[in-house]
Amino acid sequence: MPGDQVVVRLVNAVVMSNGFPLLSGVDLEVERGSLVVVTGANGAGKTSLLRLLGGLDTLTSGAGDVAGVDLVNGDLRLLRRRVGWLGHEGSFYADLSVRENLVFAARALERPLGDVETALERVGLGHRAETTTKQLSAGQRRRLGLAWLLVRRPELWLLDEPYASLDDAGREFFDRLLGDVLAGGATVVVSAHDPLRSNDLTPRTTHMVGGRVSTS
Amino acid sequence: MIKLSQRLLGPVTLLLLALTFWLGLWVTPPDVVQGNLVRLLYVHPPIAWVALYVSFGTATIASCLYLWKRTRSANLDRIAYCAMEISVVFIALTLITGSIWGRPTWGVWWAWDARLTSTAILGVFALAYLALRRANDDPALRARRSAVFAILTAINVPIIHFSVVWWKTLHQGASVLTSTGQLNVHGSMLWTMLIGFVGFTLLFFWLLRERYRLEVKRDLKVAHSVDEALALRRREGV
Amino acid sequence: MTRVAWLVATKDLRIEARSRVLLWQVLPFGVIALLLSGLALGPTQAGKSSAGPGLFYLVTLFVTLLMINRSQALENAPGTKASVATLGLDPAGVFLGKALALTIELWITGLVLLAGSVLVLHTALVGTLQALPSILVTLATLAAAGTLYGALTQGGDGPATLLPVLTLPAFAPLLIAGERSFSAALHGGALWEWWVIVVVALVAYTAVGILLYGVLEES
Repeated sequence: MPGDQVVVRLVNAVVMSNGFPLLSGVDLEVERGSLVVVTGANGAGKTSLLRLLGGLDTLTSGAGDVAGVDLVNGDLRLLRRRVGWLGHEGSFYADLSVRENLVFAARALERPLGDVETALERVGLGHRAETTTKQLSAGQRRRLGLAWLLVRRPELWLLDEPYASLDDAGREFFDRLLGDVLAGGATVVVSAHDPLRSNDLTPRTTHMVGGRVSTS
Repeated sequence: MIKLSQRLLGPVTLLLLALTFWLGLWVTPPDVVQGNLVRLLYVHPPIAWVALYVSFGTATIASCLYLWKRTRSANLDRIAYCAMEISVVFIALTLITGSIWGRPTWGVWWAWDARLTSTAILGVFALAYLALRRANDDPALRARRSAVFAILTAINVPIIHFSVVWWKTLHQGASVLTSTGQLNVHGSMLWTMLIGFVGFTLLFFWLLRERYRLEVKRDLKVAHSVDEALALRRREGV
Repeated sequence: MTRVAWLVATKDLRIEARSRVLLWQVLPFGVIALLLSGLALGPTQAGKSSAGPGLFYLVTLFVTLLMINRSQALENAPGTKASVATLGLDPAGVFLGKALALTIELWITGLVLLAGSVLVLHTALVGTLQALPSILVTLATLAAAGTLYGALTQGGDGPATLLPVLTLPAFAPLLIAGERSFSAALHGGALWEWWVIVVVALVAYTAVGILLYGVLEES
């Protein structure tokens, strides 16, 4: 909803999977245009929270709305189109080339194909455009995931442990990219084991434990 | 009124089944051609009717209603699941009673006849439905997928029906009511068979009700364990 | 819907052309299965063309299972599923696209197996060519049904072993119709009933896929 300053609103959100509570009652609000870093140990529920925000998992109980879509009664496919997801496994088809993956994403969302070249240059993969994705290194695959998001231009970015597999140069590049994305008006939620070290970004840090937010 | 009918369901079912067996075994005469083998007519067609139409129909309708957001509820998923479980039993009984009839008639326990084969395939469908349910632990996912599978299975029921007509078959054609509307069974045989149809249909609904109650109890137990799991999860790191 | 269908179909076919799983794994499997089926009949029966249609379809069935698995595995690789889900593609279009790609792959495989049928099972060439339209439509129906059933197995326990349990009962009437129409083309006989079964099944599976594939995609 254009006038609404809150992009994410969760009230006692519970997500169950195979009888186990991935999220055990999350209360969270995220303002439009902000950067939120969700920290916590392995198994705390960081990825599950991001998946809920991305419409990839459904609420078992509780309430929430993300990017104007009600998580209980709303159209989750509409929500998914509004968010961008960068997981730690990779984001694309391994047998397609870098360019083919991005063209697929652009065509799916009816974005201009010129955005593909721009995104490739921005993430530094222009020289690997014809390389099959499975031949890329882990760091390069992470950059491709970012390019995928740049083509998509979602209003909410969900980045699951994006700093994994990045060297120092990669992390600096990533922080610069995040700054540009935030300056463009997008909202970003990042999951990480530790708080961000960047001097230029001023995130709000949220700590998760036992499937709930302990500091907000 | 509803409570009264619920209380009477069991006794009436037992009464009608007892009547069917009594009439079928002792009162009705043997057939001119089939002799005493005709007595299977009082159970085999009713069981097949329940197996192929009543139970599958119930599962399909419940599944369709489950998929429609306005009527979606866990109760409908339970009904579909229980109905399909019962259909496995009735399909097995259909094949067994059919084989008992077929052995002296055709000389074999099993013949590659369209109706028999298709009924066996439908039995595998029902088993596949149960296998699909076991493969998914998430209740909502399991319910959705089971509902879609039940609808896909329903597509195959008319194929079974028409296969009797279109495929060369050893099976009886339409025995009771022919395509021209002529009734082939008369007198006490007809009445016994009709009582059998009603009795076995009520038996299905009685079994469905009891199985449904068991499933509700099981789900309540699962719900308690979910509450416990939530409490345990919340204590992590505290 | 058609735009998405075309996008997904070309993507799947492009991946197939790049990976060549069909060429190097599926087709050899089909050929060896055809040979094994001939061996299983014994030396006097192996060359009898009356067994040809049934064996062709039996082998095609197992090939179809492999390809359904492959088609679904493309979408369910770690990370791919989540990212593609966020593209919010029209599920009806995804279904049609995957079914179309699978149809084309089955047609290619089917043509190779038909050649095998003529060569090793001695089905008459003229009759086999006359059976081609019914074979192509039957394979398309298998693709539509298989795409649906394949989606049902993903995300649960043992998708590869669950797939045959779900699909084989559904494939049985199609194989009956396919075998009967192939035999009718070879040896004479009525065809129209089997066409009705296959076409009705194709329309039904396609309609259900368009209406309900979105339900299956929900996690």
